[in-house]
Amino acid sequence: MTDSRTVGRSDCSRRAFFGLVGSVLLSDGPTVRQSVDSLPGTGPSGKLWDPSRAGRPFEPVRAADNDVAIQAIEKQIHCTCGCNLDIYTCRTTDFTCGTSPAMHRRVVALAEQGKSAQQILDAFVQQSGVAILMAPPKRGFNLAGYFVPSVLILAAGVVLSLVLRRWSRAAAPAAPAIPAPEIPASPDELERLRRELERLSV
Amino acid sequence: MTVLGGLCLWLAFLLGVWGALAGFVGGRSGRRDLEQSARHAVFAMCAALWVAVAALEWALFHHDFNVEYVASYTSRNLPIFYTWSALYAGQKGSLLFWASVLSLFGSLAMVLTARRHRALLPYVAGVVCTVATFFVSVMLFAQANPFHRLGYTPLDGSGLNPQLQNPGMVFHPPMLYLGYISITIPFAFAMAALLSKRLDVDWLVAIRKWTLLSWLFLSVGICLGMWWAYVELGWGGYWAWDPVENASLLPWLTMTAFLHSVMIQEKRGMLKKWNLALIIGSWLLSIFGTFITRSGVISSVHSFTQSNVGYFFLFFLIAAAIASFTVYARRLPLLTAETRLESMVSREASFLFNNLLFVGIAFSVLWGTLFPILSELVQGTKVTVGPPFFNQVNIPLGLALLALTGIGPLIAWRRASLPNLQRQFAVPVTVGGFAALVLLVGGMRDLYALMAIALGAFVAATVVQEFARGARARHRQYGEAYLLALGRLLGRNRRRYGGYIVHTGMVVLFIAFAGMAFKTETEATLRPGESAVLKSPYGWTYTFTHLGVSQYDALNRQVTAATLEIARDGKRLGVLTTEKRQHVDGLGRPTFQPSTEVGIRSDLREDLYIVLAGLVNGTEQAVFRFTINPLVWWVWYGGMVVALGGLIVMWPGGGSPAVKRSQPGYAVRLVGEQ
Repeated sequence: MTDSRTVGRSDCSRRAFFGLVGSVLLSDGPTVRQSVDSLPGTGPSGKLWDPSRAGRPFEPVRAADNDVAIQAIEKQIHCTCGCNLDIYTCRTTDFTCGTSPAMHRRVVALAEQGKSAQQILDAFVQQSGVAILMAPPKRGFNLAGYFVPSVLILAAGVVLSLVLRRWSRAAAPAAPAIPAPEIPASPDELERLRRELERLSV
Repeated sequence: MTVLGGLCLWLAFLLGVWGALAGFVGGRSGRRDLEQSARHAVFAMCAALWVAVAALEWALFHHDFNVEYVASYTSRNLPIFYTWSALYAGQKGSLLFWASVLSLFGSLAMVLTARRHRALLPYVAGVVCTVATFFVSVMLFAQANPFHRLGYTPLDGSGLNPQLQNPGMVFHPPMLYLGYISITIPFAFAMAALLSKRLDVDWLVAIRKWTLLSWLFLSVGICLGMWWAYVELGWGGYWAWDPVENASLLPWLTMTAFLHSVMIQEKRGMLKKWNLALIIGSWLLSIFGTFITRSGVISSVHSFTQSNVGYFFLFFLIAAAIASFTVYARRLPLLTAETRLESMVSREASFLFNNLLFVGIAFSVLWGTLFPILSELVQGTKVTVGPPFFNQVNIPLGLALLALTGIGPLIAWRRASLPNLQRQFAVPVTVGGFAALVLLVGGMRDLYALMAIALGAFVAATVVQEFARGARARHRQYGEAYLLALGRLLGRNRRRYGGYIVHTGMVVLFIAFAGMAFKTETEATLRPGESAVLKSPYGWTYTFTHLGVSQYDALNRQVTAATLEIARDGKRLGVLTTEKRQHVDGLGRPTFQPSTEVGIRSDLREDLYIVLAGLVNGTEQAVFRFTINPLVWWVWYGGMVVALGGLIVMWPGGGSPAVKRSQPGYAVRLVGEQ
């Protein structure tokens, strides 16, 4: 139900209204002054109408968040939220993830304790196993992971080269066996034709 | 309608079983009635499956939330555009889509090749029906029926995942599916040729054209997927070596190898065994990709919900591999080469090395994708194989392949002489070397990026040289103006020059990939009016000024938008908006976690990529990630050039290889040879 006492009542008094109209008519500047909050760079940030729509609240960025060394470490560690990404990519992509920010904080804390990149990685491996690393460490069976494709391709390349060489050698003596056709052309013309065909490589 | 859809699935299943039996028995016995029946079964199965698709779309558009699939992937306020795409957004619907498109491709193959490949068609029908029946049986027997009803009717559905509500997702999955699915047709022709022992040249026409079509769909699908990942996911890249991405790359690589080696078979009658193996392998890899996506055996951001359909796919994959390679092995004696390679320095040899690299890269990607499982089996420890591994193994191989892209077309067929090589290589090698020198002097020290650009210049020079020489030859021979000569050169040698356009597209892609080596990024917290500064790799200074945050309601979402003003070296460029979106259902209830919409300003040199990470304490103070990605626009441009080249190659006309081989100049002969 509407309260009848408030219907038609303005928040602005008659004097204030005429004052505003007068100032609008007399001034040549901006007619309406914005609130301090909404003027860029002039005051504290305005409150959001509904903060819950913007996801979880965020902490301001710290220097460590932009530290290239920290980022390099984080790019080697697998986020455990199930996203299949590294910590850095996850925390700067999936802003609903709570796991990667926590892992980031741990990396920063370890770095602040003076630990080297390798020591930080080792600490994560000790806690979660080698699956925490974005690439398996180069030792033991993992070496097969790194080198089997290259070794196989090289081996296949060598075998292919040997086979091709054998084929081309086998084909070489057979070539003169092809009977030369009677072509009504002079050697010069044939040479010219050969050069043209080679040039066009048809 | 959904009852009709369910009945159609059963009807399609029965028709598929009959079509497979009639096709194989009819082909073997030569009974015309069975052959006809198999052909008709493909058409009838296609009709039944498309009625089922119509029934599912009807349920989606009529918000029949009693159907579990409709309730899971749509809501009342979902835009129509995405309600349509919900057909393939989930596991069950995508299985129906797959089977329907396969039956449609099968029907097209029956109609378009009815005369030319009559003897092969019963077997083709048999293979198509077998594969389509498998997909239908997964829906019917693996609890993946898209028409399954709930015991109650929800007021509204859950809606579509916000990340799928992007135009890229409307086109990217169907393109990939079309690529995956259409591989079945060349596979069916290959199996038909093997089963019928008709292993002459003519079947190659059907296989090559369908493979080109699959390759084109897959190329476009992969590029659209990269675009979607870039504009929607917000991680600032387009390729992450995710298992599902890898699964789409695998058949693309083997099909590209086939499209090169098939030329040797057409021109020289060689590599028949290899080409058939590539086609069978490509199809098996497409099924493997489907298995990876749907089984949950390997964790991926793209996977469908884990379900028991993975076992069905694994069984089918193993059974199909055994069956097809058994037939292949039995026909090996019939697949002898007509001629032998004559020289190591020939185009045939360079194509063989190119094939080695394509298949090698496919193997290394497959190896990396499966290595976590292998490691668990062998050493009992699961490992993660992410981008560092794939980059380390595949970048050098990719660069070697780029080099061969330039080398191959420069070497003559059969045998190249030294003067020929000198003449062919002089300009491209000089251009490539000069590019490398300029980059080194310019201060570029990233080895891979430098090699990619220098090799790209080398390949581009080979393409320009080939076009220039061809146009000059036409100008001399026919007196055509150069522009006309260029047009006719392309029009009359579509395969050759269309292929060069594809090479150009690949060069553009490689150079664009190299650009990502110079990506710069930073995170910043800004109040309205505050600015963040970021240096571009080109030396410019970008200033991002936070203007403020606004909140408003849109159709099916509540939007929180942050606006920033961008300036380059103090000169204002405009404003960019990045958003947080809270999607809601028709009753205003939140459906998913808030998602992020990236603000992107793109030009030929670099992309400004801004992501609103979040807001501090419910105020306008916002956390942003700013990224400058060089040359990204060229990835999309390169993809378009590749697709254009593929279309030119595919354009109909030119006759069969058998006819072409009888024409002078097609089958490769040396001077002095009849």
